[in-house]
Amino acid sequence: MNWLWWVRVYALTKKELLQFSRDIVLLFAVAWFFTAEVYIAGSGVTMELNNAPMVVMDHDRSEASREWISQLKQPYYNVLGQAHSQQQANAMLDKGEVLGVFDIPADFQKQLLLKQQTSIQLQLDASNIILGTLASSYSGLMNAEYNQQWMLKHMKVVDPDSIQVPLIEERQKINYNPEGKSTWFMPISEMMTVITLLSLFLPAAIVVREKERGTIEQLSVAPLSPFQILFPKILAAEIIILTGVAICIFGIIGSVFQVPFRGSLLSFFMVTAVFVYAVSGLGLFISSVSRNLGQALMVSFMLLMPMLLLSGAWTPRESMPDFQQYLMFLSPLSYYIDIGYSIILKGATLDLMWQPLLQLFGLGTVLFWFGIWQFKRQFS
Amino acid sequence: MKWSRVKTVAFKEVIEIWRDKLYLSMAFMIPTMMMVVLGFGLSMDVEKIPFVVVDYDQSQQSRDYLHRFIDSRYFDYQGQTAHEKEAEPLMIQNKIRFILVIPSGFQRDLLQGQRVKIQPVIDGLFTYQAKVVKGYVSAINANYNQELMTQWLKKKQGMNAHEIAALLEPVRLETRYLYNEKLSSLWSTGSGMIMLVMLMAPAILTALGVVREKESGSIFNIYASTVSRSEFIIGKILPYVLISMFNLLILSWMALVLFGVPFKGDPLLYLTASLFFVSCSTGVGMLVSTLVKTQASAALITMLGTMIPGMMMSGLLMPVNSMEAAARVEAHLLPAMYQLNIVWGSFLKGQGWPELGTNVMVLGGYAVFLWSLSIWRFRKRVTS
Repeated sequence: MNWLWWVRVYALTKKELLQFSRDIVLLFAVAWFFTAEVYIAGSGVTMELNNAPMVVMDHDRSEASREWISQLKQPYYNVLGQAHSQQQANAMLDKGEVLGVFDIPADFQKQLLLKQQTSIQLQLDASNIILGTLASSYSGLMNAEYNQQWMLKHMKVVDPDSIQVPLIEERQKINYNPEGKSTWFMPISEMMTVITLLSLFLPAAIVVREKERGTIEQLSVAPLSPFQILFPKILAAEIIILTGVAICIFGIIGSVFQVPFRGSLLSFFMVTAVFVYAVSGLGLFISSVSRNLGQALMVSFMLLMPMLLLSGAWTPRESMPDFQQYLMFLSPLSYYIDIGYSIILKGATLDLMWQPLLQLFGLGTVLFWFGIWQFKRQFS
Repeated sequence: MKWSRVKTVAFKEVIEIWRDKLYLSMAFMIPTMMMVVLGFGLSMDVEKIPFVVVDYDQSQQSRDYLHRFIDSRYFDYQGQTAHEKEAEPLMIQNKIRFILVIPSGFQRDLLQGQRVKIQPVIDGLFTYQAKVVKGYVSAINANYNQELMTQWLKKKQGMNAHEIAALLEPVRLETRYLYNEKLSSLWSTGSGMIMLVMLMAPAILTALGVVREKESGSIFNIYASTVSRSEFIIGKILPYVLISMFNLLILSWMALVLFGVPFKGDPLLYLTASLFFVSCSTGVGMLVSTLVKTQASAALITMLGTMIPGMMMSGLLMPVNSMEAAARVEAHLLPAMYQLNIVWGSFLKGQGWPELGTNVMVLGGYAVFLWSLSIWRFRKRVTS
């Protein structure tokens, strides 16, 4: 590792960056991924119940039933009106015009005044699981509130805080994202997916292009070790990706979506650099099995898929089947997601995160040497 | 248009695919892999949420309360910590998602008939999960409160259980889940993935198929041959439609067996609609291939052009009804939404021709439109 060694690395890295800057398609794709793609994912996917269309079958048409219905408020629900028969309601549900139907029995008010328990049926379209779960949960909470109001009214209590009854009062506190904004979660998730895709594809693309043009033969006869040929390519990919991440964080995530960056930027970039290094080994592997860019892209895509599945980018670890939770230890992305989210949203410092970081580095080193070994092998 | 020429072009394409083993294996592996990954990966089931307890009371009552959470299948008990300060780093490290803090005097206050304030702390990182957890916690508390009140009212007011129930819960809300009775994520997003995968994979495959010929130069043989534009495009597209239909059957089988989704609808309608839909997605690929010159850009453009509308504009994650006006118009202009209606309609809702007929027709029209557009765009000429 003398002076000459570093001069060579510098010269080759410069060459790779220069080459990259001349490839308009690739340049455009990278820029697209780090800006528009993240923006679309962040603004497009909301896992919230928003203006859910509902109808009511009010067989009672009394004051009590109207009062109950009036609790179904914006922004969660959008009560479209009345359905006159079960057939009509079924047709609306089948066509997907409404998410749910509340069925209020004819003796609703009578039962209430008689101090008898009565029930309202909610038929809910659960073909979309997110909406089904949320609508069910919110309706339950709303009904509980109605019941409490009714009880207080019935016991003639004016100030609910004044009565002494054994009750548990909960003041739920949601940490890190109190308002539950999807726009704080999705863009980060998408950015991490993009980083993964590019750290697979860019090193592969840089090497494969040399293969396509035949210039790889020149490099292999130059007085350079395989490591010396590959290291600048990885370095170039690191520089490109970290630049993209900076643009993404400052330009999209921070300014458009107003996501608070609670941890240290420096440690986030450091972790990202380690992650890109960890995945680039797989990129070298891709380059050794594919002959052209199209193939490299397909293989990258194929490797990206299981990595995403085993990462927890969309779903938290505990929601997965047990066998997948064990396989997650093999996916570099799972460590990165763990650390990355914690730094950005939870303000984690590296002393809390050193363990997954070390594991990521270890796994990355294994993958990296595997990649270099594969690269060497194709020439022998 | 001569049928024999179409057959020849198609036959040539089959041989070419057969000889490129990497390409061949990917043609069948990518769709199945995507199905497994996206089906299991987009799991929206919220269960086994790891949590810790900070119990400052350590009484009989607090343990009883605590067991409501420990015994629930939605929560996964990870032990106790002495202080909240010790629990918070665990949440930062993503080891737990929820902290239950029980204040001291919990038992004393409740026995004296007083209110107790508790503060559950929930990790808000995964927004959807956090909302569902919030609902679970409230439900457990509401249940517990009802028992507390029942006991108390029995003792103090001498009311009977019937009266108490009517006082505490005058209105019961009974929720019935239609189409997806068990509220299973695999039934919903899992079956929906058939649509997404069969939009993306055939498009990429077809686009690469034509551009490959452009890159290698073998397209000049076609330019110089007697094959007409429509014969070439149709002959070229047919093998991919065939491969895709085969993949579609595999994916549907996976949904039935691997994900356990029921099939309640009309198989003939489902297959007809799927044939049209696959023709659409291969048509998208064909159209892209007439616009670009390299495999890399073909793969990139089809990937972006199909994945985003397929995920965002189809109703898979966000229903078309609650989209904004512009997005809703866009959703109606693209084939993804119609196929999703058919997939969910056939698998989950048990619908047939009366409900889904228009969707099938729209897809058929869309396929014809895309194929004609590709034929019109394709030039048997060397562009300078």
